[in-house]
Amino acid sequence: MKYETVIGLEVHVELATESKIFCACSAKFGAEQNDHVCPACCGMPGMLPILNKRVVDLGMTAGMMLNCDINRETTFDKKSYYYPDLPCSYQTTQWFAPICVNGAVEIETSKGKKQIRIKQIHMEEDAGKLVHDDWTDTSLVDFNRTSVPLIEIVSQPDISSAEEAIAYLERIRTLLRFARVSDCRWEQGSMRCDVNLSIRPQGSQELGVRTEMKNMNSLSAIARAIDYEISRHIDAVENRAEELVQETRRWDDVKGKSYAMRNKETAGDYRYFPDPNIMPVIIDDEWYDRIKKSLPELPEVKKQRYIEELGLSEYDADQIVQSRAFCDVFEKAYEESRMAKETANWLMSDCMTILNKRQQTTDMLAINGKALGELVKLVAEDKVSRASGKKILAAMFDEDISPLKYAEENGLIMSNDTEGIEKIVREVIEADPKSVSDYKSGKEKALMALFGKCMKQLKGNCSPQVLKEILVDHINRQ
Amino acid sequence: MKLYISELGTAARDIVADDMILTTDMPTCAGSKMLDGYKSLFEAEAVTRLRDAKYSVYGKANTGELGLDLLGETSYYGACADEEGKLTNAVAEIVKAEEARAGLTLEVNGSSARAAALSSLTYIKPTYGTVSRYGTIPAVCSGETVSVTAKGASICREILSALAGHDDKDGTSLPQEKCALLKADAPRDSVKKIAVAKALLASVDDETAVMIGAYVEKARKNGIEVAEIDAEELRLARPAWNILMSAEVCNNVSRYDGVKFGYRSMDSTNIDDLYTNSRTEAFGYLLKSVILFGSDVLSTERYMDVYDKALRIRRVVSDYMNSVLEGADAILLPACSRRSYTEEEVKKNPYIAYDESLYTAPVLITGLPAVVTEGVQIVGKALADNSLLDLAELLERGGER
Repeated sequence: MKYETVIGLEVHVELATESKIFCACSAKFGAEQNDHVCPACCGMPGMLPILNKRVVDLGMTAGMMLNCDINRETTFDKKSYYYPDLPCSYQTTQWFAPICVNGAVEIETSKGKKQIRIKQIHMEEDAGKLVHDDWTDTSLVDFNRTSVPLIEIVSQPDISSAEEAIAYLERIRTLLRFARVSDCRWEQGSMRCDVNLSIRPQGSQELGVRTEMKNMNSLSAIARAIDYEISRHIDAVENRAEELVQETRRWDDVKGKSYAMRNKETAGDYRYFPDPNIMPVIIDDEWYDRIKKSLPELPEVKKQRYIEELGLSEYDADQIVQSRAFCDVFEKAYEESRMAKETANWLMSDCMTILNKRQQTTDMLAINGKALGELVKLVAEDKVSRASGKKILAAMFDEDISPLKYAEENGLIMSNDTEGIEKIVREVIEADPKSVSDYKSGKEKALMALFGKCMKQLKGNCSPQVLKEILVDHINRQ
Repeated sequence: MKLYISELGTAARDIVADDMILTTDMPTCAGSKMLDGYKSLFEAEAVTRLRDAKYSVYGKANTGELGLDLLGETSYYGACADEEGKLTNAVAEIVKAEEARAGLTLEVNGSSARAAALSSLTYIKPTYGTVSRYGTIPAVCSGETVSVTAKGASICREILSALAGHDDKDGTSLPQEKCALLKADAPRDSVKKIAVAKALLASVDDETAVMIGAYVEKARKNGIEVAEIDAEELRLARPAWNILMSAEVCNNVSRYDGVKFGYRSMDSTNIDDLYTNSRTEAFGYLLKSVILFGSDVLSTERYMDVYDKALRIRRVVSDYMNSVLEGADAILLPACSRRSYTEEEVKKNPYIAYDESLYTAPVLITGLPAVVTEGVQIVGKALADNSLLDLAELLERGGER
């Protein structure tokens, strides 16, 4: 019998806010344990939640990017369960009136295009982290992550293969990163995914027994886990290898197997109810419009525009639209330089080299776009050499400088003073008659030696073309 | 009775706060073994405002566990009883003995209103949202309000005037222009007509009935119109309030799990035992039953039939009271049914507290302002706190304007 797979994904994304959702603590990743903690986010009695409005901005932005309807009155609810990393033993989330509903994204796979519907997006707070030490047999709690704002994106069960799941996750990641909703870094846990999966005979309308795999944190693991679960389910149905039960499972990526989680970890009633300490959030037209206006042009629209209007190659355009920061810098730089190809080259080769050296991602590119445009022009117009241009660019990564002013102050402007160049050429030739005669007798290398000596005297600030012409001219005149 | 004295060593004895209001110079234990000796890292906004206004908040008084018990028998530090063994409230006893000019309590379930009525003190539970709840131990967030007990309405007004005001640290705090209506010198209307809630008078004892009769008489003599209303709707407040209260308490005390702060049972070998043992050993019987009841009403099976219905009843009661207050300036109802109970009586009959909440639930569930004066309770429109205090003051002085 042929089977089809029914998959629904719940994607957790940490929002790129400065502070936490209900207190002023920093929401940044990577601090020392329990450094970003206050009485509110570690659950001490007497602190009241004050909603960070920026979280609502980003929740709305996510919804708009994923074609959702925005609930203009949205509320927060409490979800109760006991776990040591949850300071209040309840999580503040949205159960009754989530901020976004009824969305959809289009994915493209080897089988063509497909719409994946989104049931809802809700805002909530993250939990902390337990640090287990097997050596001393202790568990310690790190509350840095508690109350870091999250959205959970719940899809409809429209996904039918690992390939589609990956395409969906990549599409969501691109859109949310582009809108600066989140940095969506799987490895830092700012993007995580729960996979709900069942199988049924092809064409059947009934759903099979569903299992859930929680907290998946890499695309490759998700793909492997889905394939494993599909074959496990088919094996269970066809060969009665085991009885399928609705349960939560943990994926062990090293062993390549999924395991049922202890029942106690999953059982229980969350006892949702509205949080009386957080007033309903009313999103008026002004707020809604402000967010609507702030949405970025979609990456594929940008790409098309770069190709058609700016004449970039498909490859170059595609590279740039991988990162919103690259697009922003590119567009500002182009506005100044009016040279698309040259600007793209500077971004994709020189900026990329510096980012790599600094172990930064493309999203962290923070140079002044207009200044980059000026630099592209200076080099294209032979005012500074390409090598000096790279030096200037490196300086631009450290502070917001004017490339021209920097070039002037550091003697990087190329000399167009022919008399000055001729004077140096004459001196070099006089000092090295051997090289001159070598060159004249046909040794090309000797010219390079003379050229190098001249360039050294000129400190590199001379167009190589101009220098070569003057040098050859003087030798020939001798 | 347990009273901590501030380490700040002030000579003035202005204000005593109850054990639900956080202070950094004195412990705040919520009458519970769970928080025995707990010292907060921060101070309640109400305390800060009083101290900023140069009042000394010099001591902390015992309260029932989590402020829950209406009658005063459940504190880990012993029942709050007067010298005859009648149950009361520690703050009321201290104010009555003139050991403090006023008492500050987090009114969770009506125990301060009841104690003020029994001790012939004046009390105000201000309009919900006018006094910050920042720094109060959360129990029933949708209803609890920082309240004032004193000898006489004029002291209540003076203290309330210092307390009221918008606070950015409390998301339910009303805007400043509304809170400002509670200042002593704010403009207000006077109470010209009182509606007496008949439905709640049927069950009171003779002594209470006599007090209410006397109050009505005195009001009439002072030219205040007194009308009777059936007020059957007010009876709905009791079951609804007890459902909402239990649910919120159950949720709010879930943070006391033995992991981060508070009591931890040392006998546990795994996390589930740690939770169970810590809570079993540190919580009292009333709180435990409230937790059970609260868990039940919030369960998936019961939510719509019980909890959601209670929310809708809250709306019904609120609409009813507001409609009565369109035609009258205040509603008069008892604050309690009889003078007092002993600890023994209450332990024998656990339903007494539920029965008694008939009189306190309507104001707790609606957040309307309520004043207890001369043994009766008067309730006004939202933000009409000063009008109620004016009436109380007028009649307390025997009616000389």
